[in-house]
Amino acid sequence: MTDIAGIQTAIDRFMQSDMRGALLPLLHALQEEFGHVDPAAVPLIADALNLSRAEVHGVISFYHDFRTEPPARHVVKLCRAESCQSRGGAAIEAQLSHQLGVAMGHSRKDGQVALEPVYCLGLCAIGPNALVDDRPVARIDSARVVAIANEVEA
Amino acid sequence: MTRVFISKDMASVALGADAVAQAFAKAGCEVVRTGSHGLFAIEPLVEVETSEGRVAYGPVGPDDVAAVLDGSHGTRIGAIADHPFFVRQQRFTFARCGVTDPLSLSDYGVHGGWKGLEAATALSAQDVVDAVKASGLRGRGGAGFPTGIKWQTVLDTPADEKFIVCNADEGDSGTFADRMLMEGDPYCLIEGMAIAGHAVGAGRGYIYIRSEYPFAIEAMREAIARSASRIAPFTLEVRVGAGAYVCGEETALLDSIEGKRGQVRAKPPLPAIEGLWGKPTVINNVLSLAAVPFILAEGAQSYADVGFGRSRGTMPIQIAGNVRNGGLYEVGFGVTLGELVNGIGGGTASGRPVRAVQVGGPLGAYFPPSMFHLPFDYEAFAQAGGLIGHAGITVFDDSVDMAHMARFAMEFCAVESCGKCTPCRIGSTRGVELIDRIVAKAPRAAGALETMPQIRNASRAARTHDEEVELLRDLCDTMKHGSLCALGGFTPYPVLSALDHFPEDFGGGDALREAAE
Ligand SMILES: Cc1cc2nc3c(=O)[nH]c(=O)nc-3n(C[C@H](O)[C@H](O)[C@H](O)COP(=O)(O)O)c2cc1C
Ligand code: FES
Repeated sequence: MTDIAGIQTAIDRFMQSDMRGALLPLLHALQEEFGHVDPAAVPLIADALNLSRAEVHGVISFYHDFRTEPPARHVVKLCRAESCQSRGGAAIEAQLSHQLGVAMGHSRKDGQVALEPVYCLGLCAIGPNALVDDRPVARIDSARVVAIANEVEA
Repeated sequence: MTRVFISKDMASVALGADAVAQAFAKAGCEVVRTGSHGLFAIEPLVEVETSEGRVAYGPVGPDDVAAVLDGSHGTRIGAIADHPFFVRQQRFTFARCGVTDPLSLSDYGVHGGWKGLEAATALSAQDVVDAVKASGLRGRGGAGFPTGIKWQTVLDTPADEKFIVCNADEGDSGTFADRMLMEGDPYCLIEGMAIAGHAVGAGRGYIYIRSEYPFAIEAMREAIARSASRIAPFTLEVRVGAGAYVCGEETALLDSIEGKRGQVRAKPPLPAIEGLWGKPTVINNVLSLAAVPFILAEGAQSYADVGFGRSRGTMPIQIAGNVRNGGLYEVGFGVTLGELVNGIGGGTASGRPVRAVQVGGPLGAYFPPSMFHLPFDYEAFAQAGGLIGHAGITVFDDSVDMAHMARFAMEFCAVESCGKCTPCRIGSTRGVELIDRIVAKAPRAAGALETMPQIRNASRAARTHDEEVELLRDLCDTMKHGSLCALGGFTPYPVLSALDHFPEDFGGGDALREAAE
């Protein structure tokens, strides 16, 4: 169920800060609070910021971070960029995908875990790296793949 | 009570520093969390305060507390400054990183903080700009444009409002210096931005930080809150990116702050004349702005005295990828690539031979070891068909497939293109397809349309391998010269350098021989 009233309250609260160029910060705030930016929020945001709905939708769809559906309970963001590749990232990606039972870029059907790509976490000398529910994990090897998989099943 | 210093840098935390810090706290130590010194092979690093100064141990695990405290632990390093990785560094920008509590204003003051701002406010705006010009500082974000000249344009453009924007989008793989500075010495960046504000007459600044850097975002926000009165009337705000690499491009970044899709603007007008909300705007990389306090405090000449050719001062070089001693190495320009990779970096982490290094992130060229004599210098790298970029070096061992890396460069460009110009948006996708065909040795055959009798000017024969490679070069040429910004414009660097230096990975020899058979 879409919590329209809740979204409107969050928007109203945010608008008190009277910020210039407020769209991205507002989208971040909504995603932080509700886990995603509900498409039903688009007209409310457009109204609050005096933008067209197309403009708001265009921004949401441009940025990789904004999701329009609720996230899985756990999110593993694995780095796919060059430095992590040079340290065996591709093999780890395959193992992790296998262990978690979900393809890169997807959420598992039961909603327990999602495996998402990220292009560099700034930890490039100690890869392969991932963010497991926002916690940085470095030097991922086969043992750590298993540990991550166990952690997100809990 | 024994005082110990342990980094809370994101990399240290990823390697387990939090558990180590907890263990020392539990053992009754006073734990000071610092930034990282920048050598990750010795993280988690613990420095114990003694009457002879700090004694370092690393790497240390949570079970090692007793051995570290009684001095018997096997990874005893001694004074960190004497460690081989650090002795020859010239830490102008990163002097405090790893040493101080990043958010402690008193630490910052004691270690030379605010001296640059004090010196600047005693000078006229023009004198500050002149000092930055005299230092020879060039933009550390990639393009290497002289910072003082950019500031001069903003100073000379009259407006009711001007802005300082810090580019902390650091999207290049193999780079982490911006992140380390923001986490390890945030006041240094704040001081640099306040100096810039004074120099050009700007009252407000924005720091645009990528969302992949949660630790840096938190540190900068807290540091801004704590230092607000120190930099007043100048004010600062953090803006958070949303996972778009192209938002590191300065005009896309400005659009993103304004709340739009991060699309590249056509230039001119330059941001220095019409930037954020159409107002004159200084936009600089974190490292450019963080170099400024040193320049004002120690004098432009002390900065300019170090360096090589037209590359003056120091560069915080980031040694990354498959390398034994990866980390942050700040040194004057001129050090050779080979010294960085083999000498300081100690070769590959895997122990296999180095085959290639990519310098300057996903838009930078790949170099083979035969080019390791290159000095770290903007001009030398440009002449060699590459770029320094944000000074990240990614090391690959001999297991790397360079055709795969060339394909990745095109794929990355396709994923991250803002979509505004065709060579970048479409060219990158065609590039992926082309490299796939080259590697699969499956050159394109003539399509149904091309073989129709009405079509007279299309070739009816399948392309040869050489023709496909030629087409890839042609595509790169179009992208290089036809793209609106360096995303499409520089993607040819990794692609062509891989093709030029590692042709054997593109199936050339084999494919030709098979075709001849
Ligand atoms: C696709 C693309 C990505 C870029 N990413 C960054 C970045 O992450 N950080 C940065 O400082 N500059 C980046 N730049 C360079 C900026 O456009 C600009 O040159 C720089 O912010 C200017 O600051 P500087 O003179 O201090 O280097 C990028 C450029 C392009 C074309
Ligand atoms: S390349 Fe993976 S963290 Fe930078």
